[in-house]
Amino acid sequence: MGVFVSFLSGAVRLGTTFLYGSTGETLTEKSGHLNLGIPGIMCFGALGGCIGVSMVGSVPVLTVLVAIIFSFCFAGLLGLLYSFLTVTLRCNQNVTGLTITTFGVGCTNHFISQVNTSSFSRASTHFTNLFTFHENLGWFGELFLSYGIMVYLAIAIAILASLFLTKTKKGLYLRAVGENPATADAAGISVTAYRYVATIIGSGIAGLGGLFYIMDYLTGSWEYTIDAMGWLSIALVIFTVWKPNFGILGSFLFGGLYILANYVAVSFAMMNILKMIPFFVTIVVLIVTSIVGKKETQPPASLGLNYFREER
Amino acid sequence: MTNEKTVREPLFHISKRDTLPWWKCWLIRIAAVFAALVLSSLLIIVLVKKNPVELYASIFNGNFGSGTKTWLTFQDTAILLCIALAVTPAFKMKFWNIGAEGQVLAGCLASAACVFYIGSSVPNWLLLVIMTVCAILAGAIWAVIPAVFKAIFNTNETLFTLMMNYIATFLIAFFLNKWVKSGSGTLGILEDGHFPVIGDNPSLLTVLIVLFFAAAMFVYLKFSKHGYEIAVVGESVNTAKYAGINVKKVIIRTLILSGALCGITGLLLVGAINHTLTTSLAGGRGFTAIMVSWLAKFNPLYMILTAFIVVFFQKGANQLASDFPTLMTKDFGDIIVGIIFLFIIGCEFFIGYAIKFRKREKKEKTAEVTE
Repeated sequence: MGVFVSFLSGAVRLGTTFLYGSTGETLTEKSGHLNLGIPGIMCFGALGGCIGVSMVGSVPVLTVLVAIIFSFCFAGLLGLLYSFLTVTLRCNQNVTGLTITTFGVGCTNHFISQVNTSSFSRASTHFTNLFTFHENLGWFGELFLSYGIMVYLAIAIAILASLFLTKTKKGLYLRAVGENPATADAAGISVTAYRYVATIIGSGIAGLGGLFYIMDYLTGSWEYTIDAMGWLSIALVIFTVWKPNFGILGSFLFGGLYILANYVAVSFAMMNILKMIPFFVTIVVLIVTSIVGKKETQPPASLGLNYFREER
Repeated sequence: MTNEKTVREPLFHISKRDTLPWWKCWLIRIAAVFAALVLSSLLIIVLVKKNPVELYASIFNGNFGSGTKTWLTFQDTAILLCIALAVTPAFKMKFWNIGAEGQVLAGCLASAACVFYIGSSVPNWLLLVIMTVCAILAGAIWAVIPAVFKAIFNTNETLFTLMMNYIATFLIAFFLNKWVKSGSGTLGILEDGHFPVIGDNPSLLTVLIVLFFAAAMFVYLKFSKHGYEIAVVGESVNTAKYAGINVKKVIIRTLILSGALCGITGLLLVGAINHTLTTSLAGGRGFTAIMVSWLAKFNPLYMILTAFIVVFFQKGANQLASDFPTLMTKDFGDIIVGIIFLFIIGCEFFIGYAIKFRKREKKEKTAEVTE
């Protein structure tokens, strides 16, 4: 029981990284932009957050706040660069995204060597501890209340994003822009504005995933594996068929699959097969949704295509 | 129009251009590269606070400092070029294959597996033949799976090929753990299955093979019927259908070719260069190659140049990192490459579109800045 609960809570903690990434990417993809720069953007967000932490030091609430703001802004900046290139300059989205990833990962790995990381492990305690009373509540406490603030924030953002997309007028407009920009444009919706805002906010949210991964999941130790988390987040978007509320459970499932290898008694070799499962499952989902062809589970119809009003 | 005074023309509007003459296109691109270089030099100067000449000497030294270094530069360029060549036909067809990384790794795995299982029991020439066949098959299979689903069910190939990369990576990790009994997961140097060395130069064979592929790919895309079909499918699937081209067949055939070439790259990495197998043999080059191919406008001959630019700065940054260890890291190369690519990607806009500014009230000035 104890092992199982710690496995589940571990899955939630790792999964939160994916949740940030996939919620952000879903918002972006709903506007019709396939942002393959997410891995780089998540790295950059982590870098921003770390710079914030190193500037403020280890002051309880302030550290978390500053780190989140920095992280969001850094990642949003890279998102702005991406949307400038793809929306305004109409560059190829795949190539731009991959370049942003190269650039973001390079920048992050380079500049993090110049950041003073000594205060990180102390600062990370402000991220990981939110409630202190959960220890008295047994498995319930560990499973639901043992996490840091950013886990709950991620769930809240995912629910908000889901409500935004399905229940609000602006969300409807955003989906229209992603499905058929020409029609949206004819209806008087500013395609450019929606694409810019969706990409920048989406990138900012994804950037928080990088910060969370470093400060909460790794408790302040720097590791150069954020980009792998970014690719998994993109996989998760497909897995959840572009629905952020599915993303909450989906990300915990991915997190579980990713750390499963540490909890079951298998050989080193088999661990790799277990780690393969999330990617494999994503492919299966991709194939099944494309065969079934239900409208609700399809990618946004103009995903990956730039919009130019004068083009017919 | 009655309310003419209330209608305001926007400050500028964007329209599609006719094709620019080639020299204007290249002028814009060269200007973009130049701007990118200026920006990255500024960045270097600000960060390292050294005389830029000294830094450029260091970058140059990292590439051509000695005979060995020069050949390593050529070799790395060749490998990157080979992957770029592999992705080109697929990209020209607008099949967004971002799984070159996985296809190369599949080729690596197949050829290393041949050496591992039958390396000591067959003569070397036969082993090399078997390795080649297996690597080509592995790469082709890795590419053709997404292609088949794309052709039949229109499954999103970008995401599919992306996932295949990781499956290949973990598959290699799996076999490494299986093969290496100590559990360290690192395979030593494989004794068998080495490609012959021309003269004393271990890089020459790779370079020659890849140059041959570059020429062959150029001819294939430009002068063959297949190349024409690829171009038509890339321009418009519907046009291709009306013209009687079997689009599904073209997609699958092209991806087999693409994957096979990636497989050969894997073969070269294992058989001619590294003689071992790790999960990082492709080292992100599957992704970089896409940018290399894109920047060269899918022209195999320009690709030699663009691949070289990338390798030049990555090697240069490695040298900077070892010359100025406290200030530089080898990741700096990625920053410079990123900046250059972003500028070149961005400048394509000015080739494809014209910005027309609003005519001033006074009739004299008609500003067409981009002309």
